[in-house]
Amino acid sequence: MTTGSLKSVSEQLDRRAVERVAKLARLELTSEELDEATTRLAGMLAHFADIDALNLEDVEPMTQPYELVNVMRDDVPLETLDHDEVLAAAPDASDGRFGVPPILGLEL
Amino acid sequence: MSGFQSARSIAEAVSSGASSAVDVLTEHLARIDEREAEVHAFNLVLREEALQAAQQIDDRIVAGEVVGPLAGVPIALKDNLCTRGIPTTCSSKILDGWRPPYDATVVSRLANSGAVFVGKTNLDEFAMGSSTENSAFGPTRNPLDTSRVPGGSSGGSAAAVAAGFAAMSLGSDTGGSIRQPAALCGLVGVKPTYGAVSRLGLIAFASSLDQIGPFTHDVADAALLLESIAGHDPGDSTSIPQAFPSLSESLTRGVDGMRIGRIVDLPAGADAEVVASVDRAFEVLASAGAEIVDVSIPAFTYGLTAYYLIAPAEASSNLARYDGVRFGSRVEAPDTNSMYMATRGQGFGPEVKRRIMLGTYALSAGYYDAYYGKALKVRRLMAEDFAKVYQSVDALITPASPSVAFPFGSKTSDPLAMYLCDTYTIPSNLIGHPAMSVPFGSGEQDLPIGVQVLAPEMGEPTMFAVAAELERAAGGAHV
Repeated sequence: MTTGSLKSVSEQLDRRAVERVAKLARLELTSEELDEATTRLAGMLAHFADIDALNLEDVEPMTQPYELVNVMRDDVPLETLDHDEVLAAAPDASDGRFGVPPILGLEL
Repeated sequence: MSGFQSARSIAEAVSSGASSAVDVLTEHLARIDEREAEVHAFNLVLREEALQAAQQIDDRIVAGEVVGPLAGVPIALKDNLCTRGIPTTCSSKILDGWRPPYDATVVSRLANSGAVFVGKTNLDEFAMGSSTENSAFGPTRNPLDTSRVPGGSSGGSAAAVAAGFAAMSLGSDTGGSIRQPAALCGLVGVKPTYGAVSRLGLIAFASSLDQIGPFTHDVADAALLLESIAGHDPGDSTSIPQAFPSLSESLTRGVDGMRIGRIVDLPAGADAEVVASVDRAFEVLASAGAEIVDVSIPAFTYGLTAYYLIAPAEASSNLARYDGVRFGSRVEAPDTNSMYMATRGQGFGPEVKRRIMLGTYALSAGYYDAYYGKALKVRRLMAEDFAKVYQSVDALITPASPSVAFPFGSKTSDPLAMYLCDTYTIPSNLIGHPAMSVPFGSGEQDLPIGVQVLAPEMGEPTMFAVAAELERAAGGAHV
């Protein structure tokens, strides 16, 4: 689906699709939250179908208020954030590094 | 109309030695002691830090130093602005206890101007909301009527000024989060041109829409505060690399000879009393010498949809950084993915989850073109419509909020009803233009109404001239 109307797309939204979105968003949702999200998202998307009325075929997408170009600075060392202060804000840090649980077993 | 002293007269009195910064602060802290338990404007009151800063300012003035244009002015900061070593929460459990390792650029600029920070103000979690009811730390109440909301998401910043806890404050505006609470609390609130104020140290919600701006009692104070924070910052790559225009002449310029647009196809939905105030604003401007011109902005109606696809899409990406690794809270789990899922599931509140879900969906494979892609095209139409209109007018007038402050709980069961609060404020964010709300008239229960003035990119001088004219007619300037 790449060019469908918002209305037709919103009508296809079901709980399985919402579960997939929650997984993509790395959000653990309870069963009630998933039900709520399904109803709410479908309602919102149906409301947003108002833009189906517009002919947008030849319109260029606009991602920013103004055209942005890469902003570069001179390649000279500047003062950075204090290493210890940054690590002190982490839930788990040791030996100058952030600590995380094992990354193996990652299920996507 | 509150009787609070203007920030500029505080700064003048402190600078001349007629008042001390400590005395000024003590008065504000006394009002906090009296009403904060009821209003809940703050996540954190910086009592000791503020007293120390005020004392330092007094010492410097006694030593003959020039402290700056905000000498001794008590200012409150929205709690999504980073303050080094001081908790910054975004009113979210996921950032509870986090102390940023740096100051936002606006924070250092204000400190260099002599401001005294009284506290970090409450907001809808991650600035997502229009009533400050979405805070993980409980709602803020409107000081003008505590059975009603102060608006949002910068509700705490608005309430802090309206209650006299601070002489002015900073908020952030992604879709109306300064202008709507300003309207609901009887204040002046400004969303500057995108890029006019550095966003370095503003915790990102939607990066192409967010701007920091002032809440003040009157237009002249708003000019003073905006001039203090605006200007290029190499630390923000979207910061406009040119000097910000002076606003001082705007305050007395008037509107004689200006062309001010009335949008004939503005979306319906504003209460009759709000519409009446806007009509009255046009009359005032016409009698002050402006020409009122009817204009059409067909895309205005579709702003809400474009915004509620674009802002959540950007938010879903920006908020991916809250994963329990580098800052904030973590829910322990046997592997990283479960840790991310549990941390985010328990750390974010319902509205934030809703918008992350909406944004993730709008960006997901197969739906990107149908949702996000279309929204970006509507954004282009909006920019083209406004550009066309500004060929024939200098500024536009609309309502800021569709209604006066509403009672608690009246919109929480229906997110869409809450989103409609942003109908008139959203387009300026989508296209990066400045806009401000100025108190003009009142509605039910004598609650204030805000009229919104819109201007083109870097059109703040014109916008402030129109706002000052409306304020003169409403008798709103403070001493």
